[in-house]
Amino acid sequence: MVEIDLSGSVSVVTGGSRGIGRAISLGLAKANSKVAIVYASRTESALKVKEEIASFGGVAQIFQCDVSSENEVEHVINDIVSQFGNIHILVNNAGITKDTLLLRMSESDWDAVLDTNLKGAFLMTKHALKFMMKNSFGRIINIGSIVGITGNIGQANYVASKAGLIGFTKAVALEYGGRNITSNLVAPGYIETEMTEKLPKNIKETFLNKVVLKRAGLPEDIANTVVFLVSPLASYITGGVFVVDGGLSLT
Amino acid sequence: MEENEIRAKVAKVITEKLGVDETRVVDSAEYVKDLGADSLALVDIAMAFEDEFGVKIPDEDLGKIDTVGKTISYIKEHLS
Repeated sequence: MVEIDLSGSVSVVTGGSRGIGRAISLGLAKANSKVAIVYASRTESALKVKEEIASFGGVAQIFQCDVSSENEVEHVINDIVSQFGNIHILVNNAGITKDTLLLRMSESDWDAVLDTNLKGAFLMTKHALKFMMKNSFGRIINIGSIVGITGNIGQANYVASKAGLIGFTKAVALEYGGRNITSNLVAPGYIETEMTEKLPKNIKETFLNKVVLKRAGLPEDIANTVVFLVSPLASYITGGVFVVDGGLSLT
Repeated sequence: MEENEIRAKVAKVITEKLGVDETRVVDSAEYVKDLGADSLALVDIAMAFEDEFGVKIPDEDLGKIDTVGKTISYIKEHLS
């Protein structure tokens, strides 16, 4: 087993208090990165992750921020830098769903999902990039979804946001590659989280039956991929889309 | 701010960002042609000037300030 050591780095994880984001925060902290956990509303969940990280000797702080507001993003990035001194790794993981068939989808359902999932990644990346440019080093990971590649019924807004992130990831890779800033996307399949817990039972079973590896994914499966992609082992990887779905999208 | 002070700060930003020797940072020097800047470096330098002097350089002005001398005049003009 290759040990990944991210000592000396500062990571920012949006939506870092729950689900996949929580696992990513823990994974990065276990690899000795200092972690800024950015969360939208549930301070209690964020504090729990911070305490969990402290319990194994890691370093983390929590920062409340609506990632779809440029004003708030600008402030939170400055707060993070004043506490931790720098930003090296950004994981745009914050995401929400407002599922319904397109015919019934309201403008606000569409806007809310696009604002958090896609605009949020744009704003966080824009403001974090200023520090990455100064360092001539940066690792940006966007958390997409296999449905951003395959499409999905009842998720036109979510699918569009996740497909948009793929294009965004590649554009950033092209613009900032010359500064040793890489940009990659991890596309999870069916992962057991609060978000997928809400799905109807029959939909869950349909998903599970299609997974080649015959189990639902764990948040840690995604976190492991992220930790690898921000590590020195992956320094030649940029603009990539990494499907982590146990083979779900093959069937 | 005196012009000399502006000049010194501008030169410092350029030498740091572009890694060029200070002797090459003369008023007539063009960022792209003489100092080897690419489009990303131009934005990077402009952002550094904004931080250093507290001025806002809109995208439409970015193309106009293509030499060190024009940068100094621009900053002088917009400082007040």
